[in-house]
Amino acid sequence: MSSSVQADLKTRLPSSKEIRKKQEGSIGKVLSNILLVIATLFFLFPFYWIVTGAFKKQTVATAIPPEWFPVHPTLENWTQLFKNPVWRWTLNSFIVSCGEMIAICLVASLAGYVLAKKFFPGRKLIFGLFVGAMALPKQVILVPLFTMLADFGWVNTYHGLILPAIGWPFGVFLMKQFSQTIPSEVLEASRIDGCSEVRMFSTIILPLLTPALGALAIFTFIGSWNDYFSQLIMTRSTSMMTLPLGIATLQGEFTTDYGIMMAGAALASVPMILIFLVFQKAFTQGITMGAVKG
Amino acid sequence: METRVRKLNTPMLRDWLMSYLFLLPAFGFFLLFVAYPMLKGIYISFFNYSLRKFTFIGLDNYINLFHDEVFLKSLWNTTLLVIITVPIVIVFSIFIAMNIYKKKELARSFFRGVFYLPAVSSVVSITVVWGWIYHPNYGILNYITGLFGAEPISWLGNTHTALLSIIAVLITTSVGQPIILYVASLGNIPTSYIEAAQIDRASSWQIFRKIIWPMLMPTNLYIIVITTINTFQCFALIQLLTSGGPFYSTSTVMYGVYEQAFKLGNFGMASAMGIVLAVVIGVISIIQFKYFGSDVEY
Repeated sequence: MSSSVQADLKTRLPSSKEIRKKQEGSIGKVLSNILLVIATLFFLFPFYWIVTGAFKKQTVATAIPPEWFPVHPTLENWTQLFKNPVWRWTLNSFIVSCGEMIAICLVASLAGYVLAKKFFPGRKLIFGLFVGAMALPKQVILVPLFTMLADFGWVNTYHGLILPAIGWPFGVFLMKQFSQTIPSEVLEASRIDGCSEVRMFSTIILPLLTPALGALAIFTFIGSWNDYFSQLIMTRSTSMMTLPLGIATLQGEFTTDYGIMMAGAALASVPMILIFLVFQKAFTQGITMGAVKG
Repeated sequence: METRVRKLNTPMLRDWLMSYLFLLPAFGFFLLFVAYPMLKGIYISFFNYSLRKFTFIGLDNYINLFHDEVFLKSLWNTTLLVIITVPIVIVFSIFIAMNIYKKKELARSFFRGVFYLPAVSSVVSITVVWGWIYHPNYGILNYITGLFGAEPISWLGNTHTALLSIIAVLITTSVGQPIILYVASLGNIPTSYIEAAQIDRASSWQIFRKIIWPMLMPTNLYIIVITTINTFQCFALIQLLTSGGPFYSTSTVMYGVYEQAFKLGNFGMASAMGIVLAVVIGVISIIQFKYFGSDVEY
């Protein structure tokens, strides 16, 4: 489409090359900005539909032509939704996500620091194993992992959900990348001062790692909250379900009761969206840092 | 060498020991929950492994897989998913990034945020709302196409449209990270390069093709590889929107793994499927590295 517009332009405009080029540039700019706006609306619409749908009565939600804005908003969907163990699911999601977040930050900063700043036999091999595993498809190990956790008797428990996630080496990789930016002089100075290794890590290294830890914390929290597949296979009882999983099971009950489903959808995502918006900077940094080749 | 080791002796050994101690938690969890399951997955793929049985059957699982029409169909669907999704994600992300990277900080954050929203939201929320949008009777999509005179379509219930409908949703959930990465690497291209080309009256396309594209190559490689890996593993959208139907027209390998293991209880068969998928992903990643990596300077 844009090329035909430009072709039209070429025949109509005066022959001066300069003007033509300028015009083409600005028309192209307008066109691409229009496309940008359309794409933006397309991406925002589902969220608009969730939020408004959550306040629509069942009869309104299924009405055709659709009501673009809830004229008579109702809280009925929310009272219906909270007749299910929604608080329990939310609590479960928070326990699992916080547990993973804290454990991964701790384990990964220890390992990342050592891999970046220490020299010892086997360092390259271990780092190579971590990076190599990251290139593998994560979900492929879920079946054997499940059989293993079933043997441990860990299915349908918090530790069964939290502990396996700590093994995934992304956090180590991220912290290693960041630890490399710590100047070695800082470490040497404190070593001369006779600082013990543990004290040095907790008083000097950890504070320096804070920005990266922030990014990793948000990353793992959101990733764990949204890790639908693991939650699906590791939980059995309604009381152990996480929030997204619980909402998904409601779908069977309220198939086309869209008001209630939208209230559930809003609840499952709003905490993550808020966290993302508040910490967008740290989050963006984490993504770019994790992608830098090591 | 020996004398050096002896000279550096105790402090050095202590240092090594401390390093191993620091590494131990991460490496321990890695061995137990990543490395071991990986090896175990290969091992059990040679067994007829269900709740009651555990008997060695050699390569039978693999042989059966390649005679199984549902698996072959799933493999084909997965390939289609990757072939269609990955190029669209790349082109769309570059287009958006090119449009927003020169904007002011606030506008840039806004757009980055908008396109990241679907990736940060729970896949359950996404599927719930898209299930409604696509609904044949109550969905807004049929209402809109109806305004243009089109017949209502059961988007997810029709073998011709189901996979494409899922791809559309998959794309919205996949572009967030690529856009952030492209914006970052576009921002790193020295403006002097582009200004010099503009003074030489290069067209925007020439500038893109000859300056911007080559400088994006390392980012391209990374994004192509991760998007491919993620698309190959597409599961949640499928399970929540169509459960692989209608008539397996949206079944993917990952969905098949889930069905075999957790609905039918055939863990051996499911592991074999997982291994086949891992091998396919591995081979394709290597090809991508060879092909796209040749332009990348390390």
